Amino acid sequence: MWTEVFPAFFLDPRSSLLNPMISLSHVFKRYPGGRQALNDIGFTIETGELAFITGHSGAGKSTLLKLLVGIERPTSGSIIVNGQNVGTLQARAVPFLRRKFGLIFQDHKLLFDRSAFGNVALPLEISGYGAKDGARRVRAALDKVGLLKYEKAMPITLSGGEQQRLCIARAIVHRPAILLADEPTGNLDADYATEIGELFRSFNQVGVTVIVATHDQALLTQLKPRVIALRNGALAEAA
Amino acid sequence: MKTWLAQHGRCFGTTFVKLARTPLGSVFNIIVIGIALSLPVGLYVVIDNLQAASGQLSAEPQISAYMALDASRAETAQIENRLKQSPRVQRFRLVPRDQALQELKQSSGLADVIDSLPQNPLPDAFVISAKNNTPQALEALRDEIAQWPRVVHAQLDAAWARRLDATLRFGRLVVLILGGLLALALVAVTFNTIRLQVLTQRDEVEVIKLIGATDAFIRRPFLYYGALQGAAGGIVAWLIVSGGIWVVNHNLGELSHVYASLFQLKQLTPGDAGALLLLPLALGWFGAWLSVGRHLSLIEP
Ligand SMILES: Nc1ncnc2c1ncn2[C@@H]1O[C@H](COP(=O)(O)OP(=O)(O)O)[C@@H](O)[C@H]1O
Ligand SMILES: [Mg+2]
Repeated sequence: MWTEVFPAFFLDPRSSLLNPMISLSHVFKRYPGGRQALNDIGFTIETGELAFITGHSGAGKSTLLKLLVGIERPTSGSIIVNGQNVGTLQARAVPFLRRKFGLIFQDHKLLFDRSAFGNVALPLEISGYGAKDGARRVRAALDKVGLLKYEKAMPITLSGGEQQRLCIARAIVHRPAILLADEPTGNLDADYATEIGELFRSFNQVGVTVIVATHDQALLTQLKPRVIALRNGALAEAA
Repeated sequence: MKTWLAQHGRCFGTTFVKLARTPLGSVFNIIVIGIALSLPVGLYVVIDNLQAASGQLSAEPQISAYMALDASRAETAQIENRLKQSPRVQRFRLVPRDQALQELKQSSGLADVIDSLPQNPLPDAFVISAKNNTPQALEALRDEIAQWPRVVHAQLDAAWARRLDATLRFGRLVVLILGGLLALALVAVTFNTIRLQVLTQRDEVEVIKLIGATDAFIRRPFLYYGALQGAAGGIVAWLIVSGGIWVVNHNLGELSHVYASLFQLKQLTPGDAGALLLLPLALGWFGAWLSVGRHLSLIEP
């Protein structure tokens, strides 16, 4: 009955209005030959949420993020991202899953034989963007993180904080729905870390789902996010 | 389609730049490939030219017909008549037995021995050229003449041509085997080059894999590199062989003032050049494809 009344997008299984952006249930992960890295993890993250995954070193934060983007596969359990079961995704579908995310790494993972511009342009090249429209987007992303003036600089000439911001520009240039950051402030001085925190806040304010794995207390007090705490691979408190 | 083209174009461009930017390593590779390829190609040219030359020489194979020793003048004249009338005979020459004996005397230095013979041991003979020089037609004509009265023996003087032909066929087999081996070598060289490239670009591959590059996208520059390297090797081989032919012809030209012969090696045709460009290109691509498939799967972020 009400199918005739409600607009179609309410019924679309991929619609974020009815389904959470990310949903995990009974997720276990054991590395081959290793011990249990994740133990019966279940939580959901709604579209537009700002969530932190916290815990001591070795708690399983990185493993959790890796499961979300298909770098690692869960031993069991289901991981639904935007309506797609990531755990059973075919290998050739994984690249397209990853394009929904913007990834920010502690060690930046920049390419040192390319300029700042070239690094930020990478995700657009990969998804086959036109050069002209692409350049506009790259400059917008660089401007957003305050690096437009270093457009032609090589990453090696930038400071640690600037490199991290460059990594963030690369993560947002293709306007992903979800931003994932693994210890984004791990190597940074407090001032730089605060800048990064503000960037996350601003992305979140325009509707991007932001998930940060960190044990940086200062960042926590700065952003006051929802916290998903891990301890030895298990949830430490209700999410 | 447009973005696909643009993407390929851009990738091709950066690959070309990469090839140009690592001069020494890639230049050495290209030279090695070029030299390797020029071996079978050069041999092929030599054989091809010998083939053409042998075609010219054996364009006039001859049939020798021998009369019986006791054949009379009239009987020989009868055969002469038949040959004149045969539509399959281009022309012929009679070598009378007396003339043959005289020639033998002069050329062999056995004059004394021959003089002491009680009678002329040589028969009358005809040297015949056919109108149609295909092996089948020649053999048919020879068989026919052998049936004529008082003709004891007719033989086709093409044995040497057949021997040359067999040699050339063997040469062509050598070219084929050599070509096959060197094609394999080209694939192996490319395989190794690409392996090193994948390993040195490990970080880059890992990063673009992480941010959502498909395998096809990652593979593309390596495939282009392999194909370009192969094609460049083909161009080098073309230069080497063409240069070699030019040098040989230049020297033959000087010789041909002395001798009447105007034997010249034919230059490679545009078709040959095209094959020399496309075949190594395909082989390079194939080597790169094998290598990339094998080594990319080892890099997982
Ligand atoms: N590739 C791996 N192979 C084996 N064990 C691993 C691997 N990666 C992580 N681990 C183990 O899994 C556990 C969780 O690690 P990780 O997710 O990196 O924690 P965190 O990011 O919270 O520090 C640790 O015990 C770690 O040793
Ligand atoms: Mg970690």
